[in-house]
Amino acid sequence: MDSENNKPEVCTWFDQPQNIKRLKTVFYIVLVLLVVPDFFMHKHALFFSAETWPGFYAFFGFVSCVVIILVSKLLGFALKKKEDYYDR
Amino acid sequence: MTASLLHPSLLFFVGALLLWLLPLLGRRILILLVPAAAFLVITQLAPGTYFNYHLFGFDLSLLRVDKLSKAFGYVFTINAFACFLFALHLKSRYEHTAALAYIGAALGAVFAADLVSLYLFWEIMAVTSTFLVLARKTERAYGAAFRYVMVHIFGGLCLLAGILLQINASGSVAFTGFSVHGLPTYLILIGFLANAAAPPLNAWLSDAYPEATVTGGVIMTAYTTKTAVYTLIRGFAGWEILLVVGCVMAIYGIIWAILENDMRRILAYSIMNQVGFMICGVGIGTSLAISGAVAHAFCHIIYKALLWMSAGSVLYMTGKSKCTDLGGLYKTMPLTLIFGTIGALAISSFPFLSGYTSKPMIIEAGVHQGFFWVWLILEIASAGVFLHAGIKFPYFVFFAKDNGLRPGEPPKHMLLAMAFLSFLCIFLGVYPQPLYNILPYPVEFHAYTFDHTLHQFQLLMFSALAFFLLLPLLKRTRTISLDTDWFYRKGARLFVAGCDKTFNGLNSFGDRIFMQQIPAIFARFFSDPARNVQRHLIQLGAEASGDNSNLERNKDKVDYRTRFSAYPVGGGVFLAVFFLAVMSIIYFT
Repeated sequence: MDSENNKPEVCTWFDQPQNIKRLKTVFYIVLVLLVVPDFFMHKHALFFSAETWPGFYAFFGFVSCVVIILVSKLLGFALKKKEDYYDR
Repeated sequence: MTASLLHPSLLFFVGALLLWLLPLLGRRILILLVPAAAFLVITQLAPGTYFNYHLFGFDLSLLRVDKLSKAFGYVFTINAFACFLFALHLKSRYEHTAALAYIGAALGAVFAADLVSLYLFWEIMAVTSTFLVLARKTERAYGAAFRYVMVHIFGGLCLLAGILLQINASGSVAFTGFSVHGLPTYLILIGFLANAAAPPLNAWLSDAYPEATVTGGVIMTAYTTKTAVYTLIRGFAGWEILLVVGCVMAIYGIIWAILENDMRRILAYSIMNQVGFMICGVGIGTSLAISGAVAHAFCHIIYKALLWMSAGSVLYMTGKSKCTDLGGLYKTMPLTLIFGTIGALAISSFPFLSGYTSKPMIIEAGVHQGFFWVWLILEIASAGVFLHAGIKFPYFVFFAKDNGLRPGEPPKHMLLAMAFLSFLCIFLGVYPQPLYNILPYPVEFHAYTFDHTLHQFQLLMFSALAFFLLLPLLKRTRTISLDTDWFYRKGARLFVAGCDKTFNGLNSFGDRIFMQQIPAIFARFFSDPARNVQRHLIQLGAEASGDNSNLERNKDKVDYRTRFSAYPVGGGVFLAVFFLAVMSIIYFT
C-alpha cells in the first residue's frame, strides 16, 4: 500500500479555543440543569436524611472525586518512583 | 442427553491443535469459527451434569450445565469471538494456540462440576496465559511473565492444598457452596482470590497484563479474573469477608489507576476496581446480588475488552502506551476514540450503556440488606470509576497535550471488533432484558427510573467537574507506582542481599578464623616448638620480674641454641623425666 495515500485525515476541532469555550459553557449548563429537578421532586432516603437534599448526588460525586484525587496525590509522594526503579 | 452434546472446551482445545495444520486463511477462519461454534453449543446445553468420569475413587464431572455456568459460557465465547476478530492480523500460530487453550481452559473451569477438574483447568489457564505475555518478546515481558506465573502457581498451590484438605474433611469432591469455615475453605478462598487479583495478591494483574502483546492483553482481561468471580459465586456466596475484600478492591483500583501513567496499566487497575464490585455482590449473597454480580461480570467483560482494544489499537499504531507520550490522537484516530469512549462510559455505568444496567443491581442489593458502608464505598467507587477510566483514559490518550503523533486508524478488522463490542455495550444498556433472562436468579430490577437515572447523571457529571477543576493535580509524570509486587521484586532482592551478607559473611569469617588464622598459628608454633616455648617463657619471666634488660639477649641465645641444637644433655633428660612424671600422674590417678 502506498503510504502517501494512507495518510490519516487530521481533525483539529478541539484545538480551537472558541470550541473549547463553547464546550465548557455547555458543560456548565448541563451541570445546572441536572440539579434543577431535584428541587421539585420527592426523594427517598436510603440511609440518612441528607440524601433528600437537592443536589445530594452531585455534591457526593464531586466531593468523593476531590477526596480520591487528594488521597492519591498524597500517596503518590510515597509510591511514585522513577521508571527504571526496578531495573536498578 | 441432547444429541448436540459437546464440551465447549473441547472445541477450543481441538482448535488449538488444528491451528498447526492449517494455512493462514484456514487459521483465520478457524479462530472465528471456534468461539462461534462454542457459543452455539452452549445455547444447546440442557441443565444437568455430563462427561462423568471416575478417578482416584471419586466420581468427577467435566460439564455441569446450569444458568450460572451457561451465563459465563455465553460471555466467554462472545468475547472470544470479538478478541479473535481483533487479533485476525496475527500470523503466528503460537499466540493463537495459547489464546485458544487459555479460553478453553477458562470454559473448562466454569463448567467443571468437581474440585479436581476445576483445579486442572485452573492450572492450564495459568500456564497458557503466561505465553500471551511471553509473546511480547521483550525483557520486561519475560520478567513480568515469570512473576505472573509464580504468583499463579502460589495461588494454585493454595487452592490445591485447600481442595485436598476439603476432600479429606468432607469426603466429597463436589464443587458447591461452601458453608464450613475452616482451613480447607480458607485455602480455597485464597486460591480463588489470588486469581481475582484481591490485595495483597493483586499486583500480577497490573504487572503482567500491560506487558502482554496488543492482542494478548485484550484476551487476558476477560478470563482469569472473571473465572475467579464465577468460582467465588459458586463457592462463597454470602461470605461477609468478601464485602471487605470487594470494597477494598473497588477503592484500591481507583487510587492506583489515578497514579498510573501507562494507559493499559490504568485499565488493568480498573479491572481490579470492577472485580471489587462483583466480589461485593458475591459477599452480599442475595439472589439480586448474585444476579447483579453475574450481570456485571457479563457487561464488564465486554466493555473492558472494548477499552483494551482501543488502548491496544493506540499501542499497535503508535508503539507507545504511556500517557506522557500520547495525547492529541483524536485528530487521526476518531473512530478508535469513539469506540474507546463508549467503553469508558459503559464502565462508568453511564445511563444507556451496559454498566448502568448491571452495577446498580449490586448496590441496590446491598441497600436491601442495610449495608451502609458497602453502599457508601460503592457509590464513592462509582464516582471514582468515571474519574480514572471514564475520563482519564480517553482524555490523556486522545486529547490533553498533543505530542505530534499522527497515526491512522487501526486495521479494519480491529475497528470491526470494536464496533461489535460497542454495539453490545449500547444494546445491553438500552435493552438489558436478554441479559436479565440468562441470569441465575429471576431479576425484578428497573434501572431506568427517573430519579435513579438523574442521580447517576449528577454523580458522574460532577465527578467530571472535579476532574477538570483538579486537572493540574492529575498531570501525568514519567513514573511508575509501587504496588504489592514491590515485596517480591525489591523485597526478594533485599532478602537475597541480606542472606548473602549474613550467611556468606559468616562463611568467610569461619574460613578466615578456622582455615587460615588458627592453622597458621599452629604451623608457626610447630615449626619449632621447643624454641617457641622457651622464647615465650623468657618473655613471661621478663614481664613478671619487670626486668627487660636481658630479654633480647636471652631470646637470641635461645635462637642460637636452637639453630645448632646445642642444648645441654641435662636439659633434655630433665624434660623427659618431667613429661614421664606428668604422664604417670595422669595415667595412674
